[in-house]
Amino acid sequence: MTPILEIRGLQASVEDMPILKGVDLSVNPGEVHAIMGPNGSGKSTLASILAGREDYEIDGGTVHYRGDDLLEMDVDERAREGVFLAFQYPVELPGVSMMNFLKQAVNSVREHRGQEPLGAAALLRLAKEKAALIELNPRLKQRSVNQGFSGGEKKRNEIFQLAMLEPAMAILDETDSGLDIDALRSVAHGVNQLRNPDRGFLIITHYQRLLNYIVPDFVHVMVDGQIVQSAGKELALELEKRGYDWVYDHISA
Amino acid sequence: MNTDTQYLHQVAESDYEHGWSTDIASDTIPKGLNEEVIRLISAKKQDPDWMLESRLRAFRHWETLASDTDKYPRWAHLDHPEINFQDISYYSAPGSKPRYESLDEVDPELLQTFEALGIPLEEQKVLAGVAVDAVVDSVSVTTTFKEELAKLGIIFCSFTEAIENHGDLVRKYMGSVVPHTDNFYAALNAAVFSDGSFCYIPPGVRCPMELSTYFRINQAGTGQFERTLIVAEEGSYVSYLEGCTAPRRDENQLHAAVVEIIAHKDAEVKYSTIQNWYPGNAEGKGGVFNFVTKRGICEGTGSKISWTQLETGSAITWKYPSVILKGDHSIGEFYSVAFTKGRQQADTGTKMLHLGRNTSSTIISKGISAGQSNNSYRGLVRINKRAENARNFAQCDSMLLGDRCGAHTFPYLEIHNPTAQVEHEATTSKVGEDQMFYCQQRGISEQDAIKLLVSGFCQEILTKLPMEFAVEARKLLAIELEGSVG
Ligand SMILES: Nc1ncnc2c1ncn2[C@@H]1O[C@H](COP(=O)(O)OP(=O)(O)OP(=O)(O)O)[C@@H](O)[C@H]1O
Ligand SMILES: [Mg+2]
Repeated sequence: MTPILEIRGLQASVEDMPILKGVDLSVNPGEVHAIMGPNGSGKSTLASILAGREDYEIDGGTVHYRGDDLLEMDVDERAREGVFLAFQYPVELPGVSMMNFLKQAVNSVREHRGQEPLGAAALLRLAKEKAALIELNPRLKQRSVNQGFSGGEKKRNEIFQLAMLEPAMAILDETDSGLDIDALRSVAHGVNQLRNPDRGFLIITHYQRLLNYIVPDFVHVMVDGQIVQSAGKELALELEKRGYDWVYDHISA
Repeated sequence: MNTDTQYLHQVAESDYEHGWSTDIASDTIPKGLNEEVIRLISAKKQDPDWMLESRLRAFRHWETLASDTDKYPRWAHLDHPEINFQDISYYSAPGSKPRYESLDEVDPELLQTFEALGIPLEEQKVLAGVAVDAVVDSVSVTTTFKEELAKLGIIFCSFTEAIENHGDLVRKYMGSVVPHTDNFYAALNAAVFSDGSFCYIPPGVRCPMELSTYFRINQAGTGQFERTLIVAEEGSYVSYLEGCTAPRRDENQLHAAVVEIIAHKDAEVKYSTIQNWYPGNAEGKGGVFNFVTKRGICEGTGSKISWTQLETGSAITWKYPSVILKGDHSIGEFYSVAFTKGRQQADTGTKMLHLGRNTSSTIISKGISAGQSNNSYRGLVRINKRAENARNFAQCDSMLLGDRCGAHTFPYLEIHNPTAQVEHEATTSKVGEDQMFYCQQRGISEQDAIKLLVSGFCQEILTKLPMEFAVEARKLLAIELEGSVG
């Protein structure tokens, strides 16, 4: 079986400052992987590089997406191929209506897949259905993208778009941060509904709490640009109990 | 034969029998401007005496300005070669001389744009200057609409017709808002204008349709020195659309139009423009110089005038649609999107002149510059001594696409009454990398992402346009953005 995502020895830097120092990670269809790790360890950097952000220099290693060289693809091409990033800090797009934005995004992806573009009515129907799934306030669909959305609404909107675009590989960067307990539960519920045997998830989080709702198949710990430990879901509990010092001790040992 | 078809026949045949020089029969008159030329134009237009007198007065005034280089307007943030006013031909019979025999001869790029805009074939021909039969399909449509308007007492006709059939109204209002002494180009226009539109809405009448959408064909070709006069009587309403999204190519480099609006008590006039004259090639050669004077007067209490414009064309745009707020409680509005790319230069904005009590004005201007273009907003808000409790809100936002273009704002405030409330906001932004990345991460291409973000930036203004115009405007903006960045 070809993994959806296969990262080997990935090294990356910003202005000659190394950030990723050899990351290895494979995600197979149907798997949910969680990445945890202290602030500044490189989690968001990894997510950005996978999505195609150009601020980083790739110094070594490879990334394959369903067997193809991901690093060769443009940002929009990756997205159309099915790589989705739920941003840690979603930007506001003033004056750009949600529905217009979704129409362009959904139809770009559909066109790439050889499907007919969705008309306005079909798109509205789909949006309504997906918004219900993740309990997005339906009024947000009538506003400009993220403009004036609360922190929690922005995060929910990311998962809403994930549901609309149905990617093969979904990367969630701290989607749980800033969510109240009810929102966390409903977003997690949404994500769980989106789990399927063909889709891979990479979930970056600081809190075990999220992983109570979205139960991962694997948990990885990233420290200083490397994945230093990987195990099953029980690793998250261990981390919660003992903190990262325990991991550091583990490494040096 | 009604006046309408008469006019078209005149245009089509355009050989006027009576005249006093051999030039009369030809479609264009020789280059140069002098009193004889004015008389020639007047004769070709079959002007009544008062019209000839009016032209001559304007011409004499213009001469005093033209002979003194200090009087040529140079304050705008524009850089253009000296215009030789003696090297221009000031009259050419509108639409009478096709430049091409068939569409095959027309610049394919232009045709592509027509296609993209969904302009019917017959209209494409007219707009591109291809020979067509004198009576095109939509002429009959035009006539039907005019009959419907006539039932309501609305007059909507060419300026030439108005001079002939509604001379009293024209004499009363022409030059009352933009006198020929107003500025250099207003003087020139008043002397040599060839045609334009006249619109009169009687008291209490709400014009049931957007005026001029259906008259696109008739407009093309009246070109160079147009004059528009709109009179809205007490309690009337009209929405007027000028221009079209189709790029209008024109051999004439210099365009100097004048638009005057008079709104009486409780009348409302909404004037929307899409300006898409030929901007010239990549080096800026051959584009139109567009020097327009547009002004409305809120004459009566509670009257309202709004200007909404989308400016994407011309090599040079010099344009300040203004409102004189004379009536108490009158309202003036200016909503503008100006997009420049390549080597285009736009200096545009508005003047809001508050004379009456409790008058208010709103200015929202969005400038987008790409390539090596320059885009300036210039606005004057003047609150006169008598204008108690005047209010003005102005917001000028500029967006830069790339780093070789420029955006400038020149707001002028003259406040002579302490009760005035004036607010001004200005922002300049670049299309953010983060915003682009966000769009592209959702599968949207770079070009589409730019279009999306720019149209978002203008959204506030585009929604002020009448529905069908707004749709065209959005399309036009998208086409203009195509290839202008990245
Ligand atoms: N564009 C950039 N320019 C300069 N430094 C950067 C850039 N992107 C990341 N870094 C640096 O790289 C390191 C890793 O940052 P990153 O955002 O990947 O951490 P993180 O693991 O996501 O942290 P957190 O848990 O706080 O979100 C940090 O020291 C950060 O300052
Ligand atoms: Mg992070």
